[in-house]
Amino acid sequence: MKRLLLALALSLVPIAAGAVEPDEMLADPALEARAREISKDLRCVVCQNQDIDSSNAGVARDLRLLVRERLLAGGSDAEVIEFIRARYGDYVLLKPPLEPSTYALWFAPVALILFGLLAGVIVLSRNRKPEAVSALNEDDEKAVSEFLKRSDAGDAS
Amino acid sequence: MRREIAVLPLLAAVIFGGFFLWGLNPDRDPSEIPSVLISQPAPEFDLGPVDGVDRPGLSRSDLVSNDRAVVVNVFASWCVPCRAEHAVLTRLVERDGIRLFGINYKDKAEDAAKWLSDLGNPYERIGSDLTGRTGIEWGLSGVPETFIVDGNGVVLFRYVGPVVGPEAEARFMQALEQAGAIQTEAGS
Repeated sequence: MKRLLLALALSLVPIAAGAVEPDEMLADPALEARAREISKDLRCVVCQNQDIDSSNAGVARDLRLLVRERLLAGGSDAEVIEFIRARYGDYVLLKPPLEPSTYALWFAPVALILFGLLAGVIVLSRNRKPEAVSALNEDDEKAVSEFLKRSDAGDAS
Repeated sequence: MRREIAVLPLLAAVIFGGFFLWGLNPDRDPSEIPSVLISQPAPEFDLGPVDGVDRPGLSRSDLVSNDRAVVVNVFASWCVPCRAEHAVLTRLVERDGIRLFGINYKDKAEDAAKWLSDLGNPYERIGSDLTGRTGIEWGLSGVPETFIVDGNGVVLFRYVGPVVGPEAEARFMQALEQAGAIQTEAGS
């Protein structure tokens, strides 16, 4: 009975773990949880756009094992990620770091939204207040009265 | 003011057009992973020989004091493109006198030995990377991958995938020439 229960419990493990196979897992649940979190931020270099936590590729498995190995060796989360990054570059991070070469990536969406809002506000505020008909200035006034005088005299040209 | 606004659509078209020109360029490979190894010293590794192959193993110390640039090729007997690439590498060794080192990646020793005895062995040294750990040190994403390492152990060039076909071979030849990996009359 105990064996059956264990088998049933184990059969649920792969569902809970995605691509992580039972033999990869660490005995310490706290460390394993950290490994899972780290793995979710690391890109699989074969099946790009998938994190290594959910990838079945061989290299992804190797990297998962490496993450766990570094954690067991006492590395902090940041140290483990740095270890992998030193070998695969920024590309391996699913969340790109904020640095001058990625400013456009990080700030362009915000900048475009602000630009759009600003443009909208300007256009709308213009439409709100229709131009008041201002009085003619002196020169115009003179020209009009002269024209009127001349047309009264019968010489409209 | 109105005139200046009229330029905006043109400006937007130029910016987006430029982006599309870059993004849709057929020569651009979006899946290409930039290597952090280029211009960096080769990573630390120490691999024993493949059992049943009469070549010594490979470690970093074999890469740091060579008379000219050498080629490090990561291969496996289970890797089908490696078979095609093998002929190209053999030709480069025989015709151009390049020095070729191998890393046998996640391969069974007997399979690798058979593969090499069937196809010939152009490698000077072959290290056996059973676990794939050395592959990670090299930033490997798959096999085959080929690196050019200068005489002092600095990685100059990385080629992902098999060096097969006129285009790939031309690119690789150019890199070999620039690295000085090809045997010259004076050097022979």
